[in-house]
Amino acid sequence: MVHNAPAAAQSGHLIELVDVHKSYNIGLPSEAEVLHGLSLSIDRGEFVALIGPSGSGKSTLLNIVGLLERMTTGSYRINGTAVASLDDRALTMLRRDTLGFVFQFHHLLPAFTALENVTMPGLIREGRVSRQQLERARELLATVGLSDAMDKRPSELSGGMQQRVAIARALVFDPPVVLADEPTGNLDTASSDEVFQELRRMHRERSTSFVIVTHDPRLAARCDRVVELVDGAIARDEPVAGSLPGQGASWTGSGGPPARP
Amino acid sequence: MTAWLGFETRVAVRFLREGRLQTVLIMVGVAAGVAVIAYISALVTGLQNNTFNKTLGGQPHVTLQSRDDVVTPAWRKEPGAVVFSDVQAKAQRLRSVSNWQSLLPLLEQWPGVAAVSPIVAGGGLAIRGEATQSIALSGVDLDRYDRVVKLREKVVAGTARLEPGEGIIGIELASDLGLRPGDRLLVRTGTVGETVRVTALVDLGVRELNRRTVIVPLRLAQSLLGLPGGATSLDLALSDVWAAKDMATDMRRQFPYKIESWQETNAQLVSALNAQSVSTGLIRAIVLVVVVLGIASVLVVSVVQKRREIGILRAMGATRGQMVRVFLVQGGIVGAAGSVLGLGLALLMIFLFTAFVRGADGQPLFVITLPASLALQVALVASVCGVLAAIAPARRAAAMDPAQAIRI
Repeated sequence: MVHNAPAAAQSGHLIELVDVHKSYNIGLPSEAEVLHGLSLSIDRGEFVALIGPSGSGKSTLLNIVGLLERMTTGSYRINGTAVASLDDRALTMLRRDTLGFVFQFHHLLPAFTALENVTMPGLIREGRVSRQQLERARELLATVGLSDAMDKRPSELSGGMQQRVAIARALVFDPPVVLADEPTGNLDTASSDEVFQELRRMHRERSTSFVIVTHDPRLAARCDRVVELVDGAIARDEPVAGSLPGQGASWTGSGGPPARP
Repeated sequence: MTAWLGFETRVAVRFLREGRLQTVLIMVGVAAGVAVIAYISALVTGLQNNTFNKTLGGQPHVTLQSRDDVVTPAWRKEPGAVVFSDVQAKAQRLRSVSNWQSLLPLLEQWPGVAAVSPIVAGGGLAIRGEATQSIALSGVDLDRYDRVVKLREKVVAGTARLEPGEGIIGIELASDLGLRPGDRLLVRTGTVGETVRVTALVDLGVRELNRRTVIVPLRLAQSLLGLPGGATSLDLALSDVWAAKDMATDMRRQFPYKIESWQETNAQLVSALNAQSVSTGLIRAIVLVVVVLGIASVLVVSVVQKRREIGILRAMGATRGQMVRVFLVQGGIVGAAGSVLGLGLALLMIFLFTAFVRGADGQPLFVITLPASLALQVALVASVCGVLAAIAPARRAAAMDPAQAIRI
């Protein structure tokens, strides 16, 4: 093991996973370990691509980082909080306050309009949508170019538009981390570009960290850092050539100590 | 300031609106159940009130009489003493309640007693020309008696009045003897006879009573039955009919008389009414169970269909508790909306019953109403059941792993 827990606690990374294992169907004949002692740190403001062949465990990793799934063993801190011992409610609250999600394009709430989808996080928190929240949601939707589509249902929007709604929704409470799972999957090249540019623009305008799972190498090449997963372990973790260095990026694979700039 | 159930209600309503056909079907199901429950309850209440009024309308709630004469056995069975094993029961002669005049004010002050009426009752014959009918003769003080059995409300011809020499008779007896108000008849008891002028005909609701009843002033009956100054029983009306049984028990402890409540006099009616209430309760319970299962099954399907939405909401920070409540609120809404529909349906059914189901005389058989309290109670129960029905589906929704839900 490379890191020890106290060192990790003091390192101040936004996301810090140490020796994380994840198994499914524990105790059954079909038991399978998907992540084999993975360690990864991500700092504030990074724009990270998570790539790898299907079955490599990248979705599982994203779910663990997103507090949607629990790791089997290991330690994980996000925004200074160790999550291993938290109960479901505390996890939910932490997720609420630190994470925004952009899933694949059919993951808006179909029963709600674009605007309602964006105000939903506020409704969840406060049981009502305040004027401020409404203003903020309108502003965000305008920013992503959807001023005219606010009152449309997801089914009335194109895939690219739906993803832009999802981006607005993820950012409505300005979380420190946004996780995107194949945000451009199932989109044509033009829409795909559009959505990705939106993500990059949002990243430029705030200090939010983005972690993007993709199997599109073209997209990965336009991120600042690429983490490649193969068979549940990190096979490659490097800055993308040509991306701006010193953006607060630091990377640690399972093979070496964190290189602090 | 967080709005109570704001998120839950908004999402629940939207989910219900999205599942249009499902929602309509389940609401109609609930409505049908509520309608059956409300209608059956109203029907049976109407039926019971009808039976009750017809039977009990002409009866006092509690009667007080002298104890029956009994042959007193030997006080102590000494060894060797002769014991009569077969004793002829005594014939019950007509006797007055002893000291009824001083008992009257005591009973009137008894808590819960609304009215007390002394009565002299005995058998006799009504004779008019060639026709003779055996009758049950009652001597009463009209005002007191009216307060006990509401006699004045039962008058169908003439005006109730009991001056000396006047009488009120049942309608069947009137037609048997060809009597109208103002006519005279001869009332005989044993060897004594007296002419009585009919002032009113009454319908007591029971054919046999209508054929036998002759009501005359107290003094007249006293002289006809040979009980000067006497009263064979004291009839009581209570402010709460159902308190009769307990009150009779209390009074028996205090007074040395034969005291009976209407429940004891009409044991068969009481058990019939009870059986009816139990069956109604059973039907209501079964319908309720069916409604609950219906709501539950539709919501279970809805939870499965809404897996992805549940996952997305959870990812956005909705707690398990919030997801549970989204589905509980759905159950409650379905129950409440179904109740409103169902109560409307019940009112329609009651209207149809009243309009089309009529007795031989063309009048409605009996009055059915849906009291507001009953409607409210049914609606409340249905809504609570809706929430209860949603518990299992809601727990299922909450137990879903958000990641699993999203992957689908």
